Amino acid sequence: MAAGKTGGLKRYYDLNGWLFVAPSLLLIAIFLVYPILRSLYLSFFSGKGMIMKFAGFGNVARLWNDPVFLQALTNTVTFFVVQVPIMITLALMLAAVLNNDKLKFIGFFRTAIFLPCVASLVAYSVLFKSMFSVDGVVNSALLAVGLVSTPIGWLTEPFWAKVLVILAITWRWTGYNMIFYLAALQNIDKSIYEAAKIDGVPAWARFVYITVPMLKPVILFTTIISTIGTIQLFDEVYNLTEGRGGPANATLTLSLYIYNLTFRFMPSFGYAATISYVIVIMVALLSFLQFYAARDRS
Amino acid sequence: MNAPRFFSTALQYVFLATAAFLSIFPFIWMVISSTNTSIDIISGRTGIGEAFATNVANFFTQVDVPLVFWNSTKVAVLATLLTIVVSSLAGYGFEMFRSKARDRIYALVLLTLMVPFAALMIPLFMMMAKSGLINTHIAIMLPTIASAFIIFYFRQSTKAFQTELRDAAKVDGLKEWQIFLYIYVPVMRSTYAAAFVIVFMTNWNNYLWPLIVLQSNETKTITLVVSSLASAYYPDYGVVMIGTILATLPTLLVFFVMQRQFVQGMLGSVK
Repeated sequence: MAAGKTGGLKRYYDLNGWLFVAPSLLLIAIFLVYPILRSLYLSFFSGKGMIMKFAGFGNVARLWNDPVFLQALTNTVTFFVVQVPIMITLALMLAAVLNNDKLKFIGFFRTAIFLPCVASLVAYSVLFKSMFSVDGVVNSALLAVGLVSTPIGWLTEPFWAKVLVILAITWRWTGYNMIFYLAALQNIDKSIYEAAKIDGVPAWARFVYITVPMLKPVILFTTIISTIGTIQLFDEVYNLTEGRGGPANATLTLSLYIYNLTFRFMPSFGYAATISYVIVIMVALLSFLQFYAARDRS
Repeated sequence: MNAPRFFSTALQYVFLATAAFLSIFPFIWMVISSTNTSIDIISGRTGIGEAFATNVANFFTQVDVPLVFWNSTKVAVLATLLTIVVSSLAGYGFEMFRSKARDRIYALVLLTLMVPFAALMIPLFMMMAKSGLINTHIAIMLPTIASAFIIFYFRQSTKAFQTELRDAAKVDGLKEWQIFLYIYVPVMRSTYAAAFVIVFMTNWNNYLWPLIVLQSNETKTITLVVSSLASAYYPDYGVVMIGTILATLPTLLVFFVMQRQFVQGMLGSVK
């Protein structure tokens, strides 16, 4: 019977479909879905080590009375609020200049500016730590040029330690974002720029009124992924500050605090899981923002 | 060339040259510093020194280099291969065998992209501790294999795969897994290469999860070794520099050999 045969084919097709995706789904279920639900469950428990008791929303209440958590939250927010706009602007400017084929050595410049993306987060953090020591190469250069009169305490003063973290992330990720803009710019019709040039529109105005609006979707996308990345900041601060987030918790991020609560001291699994959900909520909000903005476009 | 145009061009060169210099400087610093003593490094010496041989010798006495390199290579290569096999199967499956149920599940898979690792690490650690997998390389690899990014990347790339090829193979009597293995994989090799580069880099540089799971010197990867050398109370930066060079060299090499695939993979996997 024809109908029976199609039914069999359909089943065969369906079975194959499931077989191809099964290994991934299984792994995702065990190593992603289960842990994220388990974290939520744990966040209702308090106690140290394996001795835990149900605490309801006790952990959430504890958050607002925990100065270290509030500091880590403030630091994390400060990092992305200050760093992401600086980096995105820099990346845009670099991409706009690098899109000019008439300049010489463009290939070299592109590769050079992209190179930091290849460095491992640990390796570059360690390099930055050595470069920014009190008598280090950066302070020597600043003193020699006369920009400062006394060496800056990059690793010892709370304000400058934050600046150092921001400088470091900007170094590592500007080229990464630039590549996205460069790829998008190459899809823009060059004649728009030619026309604007003939009309006497200056370069800065071409950048502000043509380049930036044309790249709006990519800018939004990279802003969101950079922000999500910065919310989860860990490797850099851990390796710049020997895992302490110092000086005086000035560079302590939420991820580092969770790590310390779980693996440095007597573990507070429940409370640490609650803090991890603060990150989940922040990331989820940003992702929905991205989703809605993307939907508006289409 | 008129004067404003000349200044504008000059300004662009100055901007690019400054950015390029700042981007490359830490790499140059790493190489120069590997020839200097720790004291010279933290006092900002920019000249080439004579301590290179001493630093290398000290690094080799403090670190079991072949073992650490073997650990890193084993974990990165195996995890990368597994990720690519599993994810390309899924990307192919989701695109070639479309159904309502699978499309819904795919949307859920994409949703896992926004799960931060911080919210996974505690349950994952407890899971590994219960299974007796703490301090093993399997524990490092398992959670990294299923990657929504790479599944997405393969699904997007599969859209360009010609279904005529598949139909012809079907007529020839090939089974679905044979079509995948003998037709899809060879046709998509540039997609595979790009995915390999990007996943290898991620695995080689992986830090937080190995930091939690690997607790003995016998299992540590190069990233962990560099980190622990540098977080000593008085780190020997000469030795640390040798470590950073060894940690960076493989990814630099992969980057220069496969720059095109690298950029393609980076743009593709997050688009």
